[in-house]
Amino acid sequence: MKQRVLPGLSLSLGVTLFYAALIIALPVLALVFKAASLGPAAYWQIVTSERALASYRVTALSALAATVFNFFFGLALAWVLVRYRFPGRRLLDAVVDLPFALPTAVAGIALTTLFAPGGWFGHVLDPLGIRVAYTPLGIMLAMCFTSLPFIVRTVQPVLEELDPALEEAGQSLGASDREIFTRVILPLLAPSILAGLSLSFARSLGEFGAIIFIAGNQPMSTEITALLVFIRLEEYEYQAAAAIASVLLITAFVMLALTNILQRRALRYMQRG
Amino acid sequence: MPHSTRPARVGEGTGVRRTLIGFVLVISALLVVAPLCVIAVEAFSKGVGVFAATIAHPDTRSAILMTLATALIAVPVNTAFGLAAAWSITKFDFPGRSLLLILIEIPFSVSPIVAGVAYLFVYGMQGLFGPLLQDAGIKILFALPGIVLASMFVTAPFVARELIPLMQAQGRDLEEAATSLGASGWQTFRTVTLPNIKWALLYGVILCNARVMGEFGAVSIVSGNIRGQTNTLPLHIELLYHDYQTAGAFAAALILTVIAVFTIIAKVLLERRGAGRVRPIVATLGTAEAKDQP
Repeated sequence: MKQRVLPGLSLSLGVTLFYAALIIALPVLALVFKAASLGPAAYWQIVTSERALASYRVTALSALAATVFNFFFGLALAWVLVRYRFPGRRLLDAVVDLPFALPTAVAGIALTTLFAPGGWFGHVLDPLGIRVAYTPLGIMLAMCFTSLPFIVRTVQPVLEELDPALEEAGQSLGASDREIFTRVILPLLAPSILAGLSLSFARSLGEFGAIIFIAGNQPMSTEITALLVFIRLEEYEYQAAAAIASVLLITAFVMLALTNILQRRALRYMQRG
Repeated sequence: MPHSTRPARVGEGTGVRRTLIGFVLVISALLVVAPLCVIAVEAFSKGVGVFAATIAHPDTRSAILMTLATALIAVPVNTAFGLAAAWSITKFDFPGRSLLLILIEIPFSVSPIVAGVAYLFVYGMQGLFGPLLQDAGIKILFALPGIVLASMFVTAPFVARELIPLMQAQGRDLEEAATSLGASGWQTFRTVTLPNIKWALLYGVILCNARVMGEFGAVSIVSGNIRGQTNTLPLHIELLYHDYQTAGAFAAALILTVIAVFTIIAKVLLERRGAGRVRPIVATLGTAEAKDQP
């Protein structure tokens, strides 16, 4: 144990704890407290109501679909950005961050305008019988947009550090490119991919701004859980809003724990390699 | 690499290469670039006159001022918090460090709607302090303080997240040398630590600012949406959009889009100076942990 200790522990830790308690912990506890005040029976009735269950279903399924899309697209993007040199690569790298930088409401109205029946894409897709705006497909699309950077940004640094010798070894043993990719590269990327997937899924579950414009917001079919919370508030059903919000909160905690475990594993994996 | 019968690395064949680059470019153009274009086109779809009229309208101006005021308070406060959190977590060993990291990380995984509702139950009439605050005549919700608080919650981890992995990687040796040579804590921070973290700090501040200015879900619950009074820019965009003033909504959206584009440009420039690099995996958690283990 080193004896030299830097100054400023009490000040910096004091400020940190005070702020984290006031800004982060207090509201979270207030929400839990409000939801708990309902009592188990009433709470259970609200969070398992037909409309709430339908909202979990559409939210979770859309988030799952968006995460699967981002798995393929994010992986391809990371691969292209790391492995290939082509004109516009740097621009593409910068474009990946746009979904993080662009306010969700702005993304929402832009996507809706593109995919509405008369929009740039809508008027091509509509005659084909593909409706995106105001359908579950729109919810998925908005989630794809807002969670796009996660997988790219988790996989990219790992892919950059990947040792070429591993691929060469595979080649010298006569493995095909496909075999090397699935048996050597993919397993090495797996921890970072999993971490990215869980971040992406968690973000999609909680997304609100980008979705409400493009979703039809019809109860039972295109109403996401976050919107149901909002609607209950507007109806002055505060306890119901608290109960449903607590479901989102619990899900977020589970995802946070899962992400942490996955990231820790990914990090250990990288440091070992 | 050259003159071999097969490409040196997986995926280097021209076929695979072209297909993948093509696929990625087309999807990125459709999913990310097209929305950007539609914002610019729609903003001017009714002519420059309507664009200018929207921007000059008192309600838009009030929304811009509200957004600026929120950022002017929330960003510096969260910067100070990020610095304090990074200093305490990376320069000292104390029990519960990883728990504190998780606490700081919470706003990242919680839906903005949950954040808004949670604040309602602290400062609203239905909440813990609402009745007390009303008796004292203090208005927090449906006014600037509520908007600022909700924005602070949502962006609390932004600066800390950029600083912690970097300061963890830099260690404590330099600071310890400085203090043993007689520098005060404040001097050490200013002359030793700050020069090493300035780009990462700026990077975190810029990302934090972009998110504060664009926050929608949490703010829409605590603001009360009073036109010309408590509307921020994103809320004003929603209001115009639902009023079927599409060109106006996109005109307001264009302001935020320009800020987003500048944010990305700043990010690229700062990354060239090394900011954002010391982050093997997105979040900070685990970085501090890994160093703990011998």
